[in-house]
Amino acid sequence: MIGEFFKGLFLMIWKVVTDQPDPKVEFVSVFPATIQPIISVLLSIVPIIMVFASLFALTTLLERKGLGRIQNRLGPNRVGPFGLFQPVADGLKMLTKEDIVPHSADKLIHFLAPIVLLVPTLLAYAVLPFGQNMVPIDMDAGILFFFAVGASTELSIFMAGWSSRNKYSLLGAMRAIAQMISYEIPLIISSVTVIMIAGSLSLVEIVDKQSGYHFGFLPHWNVFTPWGLAGFIIFLIASLAESNRSPFDIPEAESEIIAGHLTEYSGFKYALFFLAEYLGMFAVSGLAVTLFLGGWRAPLPFLEIVPSYIWFLLKLMGLVCLFIWIRGTLPRLRVDQLLNFAWKFMLPMSLINLFVAAIWHFTSVWNFRGAGLGRWLLCAAMIAVPYVWLGRTLIGNKKITHRTYRFAN
Amino acid sequence: MLGEGIIKGMVETAKNFVGSYHDPKRLTTVEYPENKIPAKENARNFPFLVFDGVDADKGLRCVACQICEKECPPKCIYIIKDTVKKPDYMGKMQIQPKIFDIDISVCMSCQICVEVCPFEAIKMDTQFELSTTDRFENLLLNKRELAKPNEYYHKIHPTEATEVDERLAAEKAKAEAKAKADAEAKAKATVAAAAAKAAPTPVPAPAK
Ligand code: SF4
Ligand code: SF4
Repeated sequence: MIGEFFKGLFLMIWKVVTDQPDPKVEFVSVFPATIQPIISVLLSIVPIIMVFASLFALTTLLERKGLGRIQNRLGPNRVGPFGLFQPVADGLKMLTKEDIVPHSADKLIHFLAPIVLLVPTLLAYAVLPFGQNMVPIDMDAGILFFFAVGASTELSIFMAGWSSRNKYSLLGAMRAIAQMISYEIPLIISSVTVIMIAGSLSLVEIVDKQSGYHFGFLPHWNVFTPWGLAGFIIFLIASLAESNRSPFDIPEAESEIIAGHLTEYSGFKYALFFLAEYLGMFAVSGLAVTLFLGGWRAPLPFLEIVPSYIWFLLKLMGLVCLFIWIRGTLPRLRVDQLLNFAWKFMLPMSLINLFVAAIWHFTSVWNFRGAGLGRWLLCAAMIAVPYVWLGRTLIGNKKITHRTYRFAN
Repeated sequence: MLGEGIIKGMVETAKNFVGSYHDPKRLTTVEYPENKIPAKENARNFPFLVFDGVDADKGLRCVACQICEKECPPKCIYIIKDTVKKPDYMGKMQIQPKIFDIDISVCMSCQICVEVCPFEAIKMDTQFELSTTDRFENLLLNKRELAKPNEYYHKIHPTEATEVDERLAAEKAKAEAKAKADAEAKAKATVAAAAAKAAPTPVPAPAK
């Protein structure tokens, strides 16, 4: 029994590391049949929580270091070599803080909000294909599930804002709702293009459709098509807004409303919010990788010997670094700018992109000479022209010059 | 075109990011406990008491007039006068403080005590590393901890200290000159009085 247990365990680890199919089978079969499903589920959940929680710790450090360097500072460098243990110190600090609940708060909802935020965020990971043989659940409507659970995070943010009984919390929560609902639409429409082309709602199949290479080196990733590139950019912008990150961090704008819905949270609950926010960011970046960047597929044929999950993680971290870079660059938007941008630019662009994807789909039957190039140029023009035109109208005929202050001069 | 500015900004931050690794001149911050920036001359945080010479008790300029105690807005100065007197910088006998405490946990660094002191006895310090493990006892500074030599004052606020020294010296010189003139006048008066006693017609004493 013990021998079989360890044999199964080692076999499982070996299969995971070497990227083989069905790594859990031998290990699960060691247990009595009644508890096998539970063990199997645990084996999927525990690694996800462990990997992404440590990724969260790593990212907080990376973010503080990166932002520091962008601002010509050193960043944290006191705890451990190069400040590597800073996340540990932060975590301990969070855990030892007093948990304060405002006197007039709605205690139950105040307590539930961080949990209700964390659970759907973790659920979203269930359908992401992390590697060739690493899909917690291969659901037929995986992407639908992802957006369905993702949408419920809005509820918990409003719970937090409402139950705190604090004007800043409520303001922050209302801003968050306005922002998330506005940006959910371009987010979903831009991923619908991928669904249209792939002809499937299953994330595993979407990754499968992106296999192979043009001319032996250019992978068949969606991002290398005109609609894919536009969709990817729209998806990235919308996911920045969805995960409340700068420049769309107006729900928790420090200089305006303290910390928005987090104002009345402290200690471990605050840490949970923080964790959920980062996990949400990883999940939505993971979806972006899956939809547009070929999921776990290697960028070049000879690189396929590297295990698939490493490629997934690398692409994910690349996107996270991009998010940090954007955070270090762009100032925060105003609420009216935010909503104008969503409804007057993102929504029309994503609809046009949907149309372009349809054209791309129908022109795939062209087979005269230079059809591939012609199709490419047609679709690219169909995106570029509205982009320039929409950009002009969005800026309007306002002349952007140096501002003069009548009374200050 | 829409998005141009964003690209420009991203390039700029990328330059900063890379630049901060190979060009240490870009880094504007100092790693504090190891490296320190010398305090600026106009820096100030909490008051200290100036003394002349080497002995803090003998040279203390404060005469316990309690003006600063009364003027301090948060009332963080506490003074008890001593019964024995000691000579001040002009040789005049003055009272001295027996107890002079400042609670720097209350002090708000407003410098009012410095402005009102007529004896140039209290000045602002630049020392800021005052953290302690006992927020009651160790933040209540007594006379001994507050007293610092005039040289220290010169070191932290050179311009101001020189100006104060010059003024004090001028005052002292003036006072000495006056004392001398008084003494001479007195001497003359006594001489004149003696002469008047001797002579029948009195000569009026010269006006001062
Ligand atoms: S410090 Fe100055 S004002 Fe205060 S008691 Fe001493 S002499 Fe008077
Ligand atoms: S600096 Fe202001 S608050 Fe501090 S002791 Fe002097 S008068 Fe009082």
